[in-house]
Amino acid sequence: MGIEAAAKRAVKAPLMTTRGLSKQYVQRSAFSRNKFVIDAVAEADLEIAPECLTTLVGESGSGKSTLATCLALLERPDRGEIWFEQKEISRLSDRDLRPLRPRIQMVFQDSAGALNPRFSAAQIIAEPLEVQGRETGQGLRTRACELMEEVGLSPDWADRRPLEFSGGQRQRLAIARAIALKPALLILDESLSGLDLSTQAQIVNLLLDLRDKHALTYLLISHDLSLAEQVADFVVVMHQGKIVERGTRHDVFLRPRHPHTQQLVSACHVVEAAFRTAQAGGQP
Amino acid sequence: MRYLKRRAIHGALLLLGVSVLCFLFSDLAPGSFFDEMKLNPQISPSTVSALRSQYGLDQPLPVRYGRWMMSVIRGDWGYSFAYNTPVRSLLLARARNTLLLTVSATLLSWLVAIPVGTWIAGRAGRWEDRIVLTGTSLFLAVPELVLVLFLLYWVVRTHALPAGGMTSAGFDGLTPKSKLWDLTAHLVVPVTTLVLVSLPILIRHVRTSMVEALRAPFVQAARAFGIGRTRLLFRYALPVAANPLISLFGLSIAGLLSGSLLVEAIMGWPGLGPLLLEAAVSRDIYVVVGAVMTSTLFMILGSFLADFILVIVDPRVRLE
Repeated sequence: MGIEAAAKRAVKAPLMTTRGLSKQYVQRSAFSRNKFVIDAVAEADLEIAPECLTTLVGESGSGKSTLATCLALLERPDRGEIWFEQKEISRLSDRDLRPLRPRIQMVFQDSAGALNPRFSAAQIIAEPLEVQGRETGQGLRTRACELMEEVGLSPDWADRRPLEFSGGQRQRLAIARAIALKPALLILDESLSGLDLSTQAQIVNLLLDLRDKHALTYLLISHDLSLAEQVADFVVVMHQGKIVERGTRHDVFLRPRHPHTQQLVSACHVVEAAFRTAQAGGQP
Repeated sequence: MRYLKRRAIHGALLLLGVSVLCFLFSDLAPGSFFDEMKLNPQISPSTVSALRSQYGLDQPLPVRYGRWMMSVIRGDWGYSFAYNTPVRSLLLARARNTLLLTVSATLLSWLVAIPVGTWIAGRAGRWEDRIVLTGTSLFLAVPELVLVLFLLYWVVRTHALPAGGMTSAGFDGLTPKSKLWDLTAHLVVPVTTLVLVSLPILIRHVRTSMVEALRAPFVQAARAFGIGRTRLLFRYALPVAANPLISLFGLSIAGLLSGSLLVEAIMGWPGLGPLLLEAAVSRDIYVVVGAVMTSTLFMILGSFLADFILVIVDPRVRLE
């Protein structure tokens, strides 16, 4: 998608906005009063434009995943607000949150762990539909098979268990489960890491198709800058729990302002250049 | 089927080994059943040695073992000097009583441990969890002897329940319904003791397995689509946490069996415990060997049962 189209979409009100979002982890040692406070996410202000692909990049331990689990309300932030579809949702009770849950879905990195090993593929996809009361009885299986087809899996495999699929297929299965409830926002927590490049490309294409079909918004969390450079509309950079830079892909990659982003981008380019040289058969 | 055969052979070898060790150790212990008669001036030493040779106690160990083996094959399991009957008839009734006690204690403790452990795993770190954890450590630290004596003291003071034995006097004249009631009333104290002893370990194990299962990413994914707490705990986490617990189930039978020996002896429950104790004191060696073998058999069957459940519950486990 061109930058102009992205900009056009961004004119609409953001789908999700956070203000001053913070999450701390406290570690206590067993026999002393010492406490270690880790600011996993500190004062994060974030805007996610509707129907765009926003990538959240940063090195390991920079707080990306914590931020993601907070946005999916799997963990409650300690401070700050999360606005989603014009509602503040971070303080809602579990009961009030339940009807809202289907709107925000998450796809995890470890696809083997993210799928219940005891369920068949059809059961896995049908679970959210059943829990939210969207379908019953035979309808569950029919819908599950439709969804499998939609993500490029043969419905003949509906009775296989997750461990009988390859990594890429499992990730497709996880995506099928996530879109079963017709969410507005899909958070992909390192979902493309650990897949080989061609599988990555296939999944990216699948995600882009699904976005156009269902008007999905993506937040893609990744440590892979070259991936972000290729697919992102907007880029958010995290460093030590803080959001240090955000903007369109163009701005962040061509005119990085924060020293950390500059470092990341140049490192990325060095690696890429080395890769190209190696590919060409020469010495770097 | 091949698996069954292999397990059966394995079990038989184990029983054989246990019987050999039993004979060896009882031979190492000084004295014999007839030694006390030597102190009696009215019985001549020649009578005693005649009795000894009649029962074959003057033979060397391998010969005695061979004779015992023959009697096992005949189905007698040796001969009790004190009761003057084949050991088998003694063991059957006693084993049944022990089984009644152990099986009810096992079932009851698991029926309590699974819901409690699952429930506190869902609340790990909160006050409910801490109370249960503290409570279980407390019970873990109390020896079962103290526990059973305390319960006994309470029963004797309040007359709420029968304080020992398995049936009341005049049990045979009761109707089937009141027979059952009488038996249940007698079961309460020994079963409670056994349950209280095994429960802390079981609850802690259930909790630990569940906490681990709840950390799995698919549990997070399920929470993200708004699953209810009960469904999450019992449909998602429990099946994943079940495997180590089923293995523990086999072990818990063994634990309860050895625990029940002591409780039986104190409560006068006519099971294997008092029989074994009595026989060991009076050197009625074939009864000792028979009782130990029966306990071993129960343990083998217990672990076999656990494996069997594992295969039924988890399709990934195969009997090979």
